[in-house]
Amino acid sequence: MGSCLYDVWTVFWRDWVVLRRRMVKFILSRMVAPMLYLVAFGWGLGRSIQVDSGSYLDFLIPGILALNSMNISFNSITPVHAERVYHKSLEEYIIAPIWPYAFLIGKVLAAILRGLISSALFVLLAFCFGAHVALTPLFLLVLALNCVIFAELGFYASMKVNTYEEMGQVNTYILVPMSFLCGTFFATSALPEALRVVIECLPLTHTSYLLRGLGSGMEVAMSSVFVLGLYALFLFLLGSKAFLDLRK
Amino acid sequence: MIEIHNLVKQFPHRDANGKNVYKTAVDRLSLEIPAGEIFGLLGPNGAGKTTTIRMLTMQLLPTSGELRYMGKSVRGHEQEMKQLIGVVPQHVNFDLDLTVGENLELHARLHHMGSRERATRIRELLEYVELSSVVNENVRRLSGGMKRRLLIARALIHRPLILFLDEPTVALDPQVRRRIWELIRHMAKDGATVVLTTHYIEEAENLCDRVAILHCGKLVGLDTPGNFCRRLGSFTVEWDGEESRSYQFFSEKREAAAFAATVEGSVLIRPTNLEDVFIELTGRKEGL
Repeated sequence: MGSCLYDVWTVFWRDWVVLRRRMVKFILSRMVAPMLYLVAFGWGLGRSIQVDSGSYLDFLIPGILALNSMNISFNSITPVHAERVYHKSLEEYIIAPIWPYAFLIGKVLAAILRGLISSALFVLLAFCFGAHVALTPLFLLVLALNCVIFAELGFYASMKVNTYEEMGQVNTYILVPMSFLCGTFFATSALPEALRVVIECLPLTHTSYLLRGLGSGMEVAMSSVFVLGLYALFLFLLGSKAFLDLRK
Repeated sequence: MIEIHNLVKQFPHRDANGKNVYKTAVDRLSLEIPAGEIFGLLGPNGAGKTTTIRMLTMQLLPTSGELRYMGKSVRGHEQEMKQLIGVVPQHVNFDLDLTVGENLELHARLHHMGSRERATRIRELLEYVELSSVVNENVRRLSGGMKRRLLIARALIHRPLILFLDEPTVALDPQVRRRIWELIRHMAKDGATVVLTTHYIEEAENLCDRVAILHCGKLVGLDTPGNFCRRLGSFTVEWDGEESRSYQFFSEKREAAAFAATVEGSVLIRPTNLEDVFIELTGRKEGL
């Protein structure tokens, strides 16, 4: 067990070394998109929109937090694709005498760290814009779970996709539609019924609703936390299998 | 000691008719390599050298067959067996976001070395491959020869008993190549078993105690470079034939000279080399 944890730590250590060296660049670059969302949808459009729960900004913040953590965690892990296909540095981990799941877990933990740092920055920015968000342990758990799910999705894509172009398509066809439709900028009840049913099954929708409810101190459906847990478990199994299949 | 019994690797493949079939990259390969030997795997492109190395280094699962290191089957003991091997890949596969020192440290950590041992070993090996001055440089900034030497240093960090080198001197200038040969000899002298693949016949002749020649995934020859040449004939007569260069092999120099006297035009009598053996066994010169 100790050896497995050490292997996970080694994989995480590599990403930590790189992140520590680029921390300032990372922070600055990760602030751009959320800042623009806040300005455009919060200050710009948001001033003319009122929602049932009150200010649009307070409605918006949890949604942007969900989509931002999704993007950061997904994109933090996708360099593994280049390590596998182009630089071949992934071979170093395949040859190494490490616990086979250590690579996936270490990479996901590093992606969670990046996702959470970015989320913390965004929450600080949101407070500066006058937003009100209640940060509870469950709120943080949901946020972390969202990072886990999309880091695992990014890992799976990195194992399966063979070109940069295809990797971009994963972003275009999966992440971008989710960013806009999964209850981030507007409630899913505004969608046509058939589409709404599909969208409400997606993990980002569960995260958006959970964060929105928890952030405003309302009761939330714990079944959504369970669904996120199932997504995380399913994608872990999928990612592990894809990694182990590299040797076939 | 490496024991390979009936090793087979098949890959899914689409044939000319669009049918999904299996292509055999390595076909029932059996070998035994004693400890401390420098063993060469030769073969034209597509002969199965790299696939063999990838199976031996546990990067690929064999379709069938058995692999044993130090008398113990690899199957079921992979983590333990991986601790025994060091790998110098064909391509430079460093982590490009890390420095020279960090790349070595990552490798040492992946092999469960303690912090004090890591630091000492990294310092020792950087001195050994004469790269101490670039420990804090990003690996992208190294020259081709420096990267190759660093690959060797990385493979040696955890003191492997078996070292695999896949085309260790590919695309390097002669000075660097000779420097790397020295390093390989040094490792074998220190007791490591070295298995290398190479396109350079001269490299195999100079370095290897024994050589296996692969062709279309099959073992077509296994011997010392000297024995290979003796078996073919120690002397080669080479002349311009009607369509291409022609060769004839003789065990005695006087037989070669007698034959050469019967050939019209320019004739060369020379010692047979491993390249002649290679061409005779594989029937092709491309890919050398």
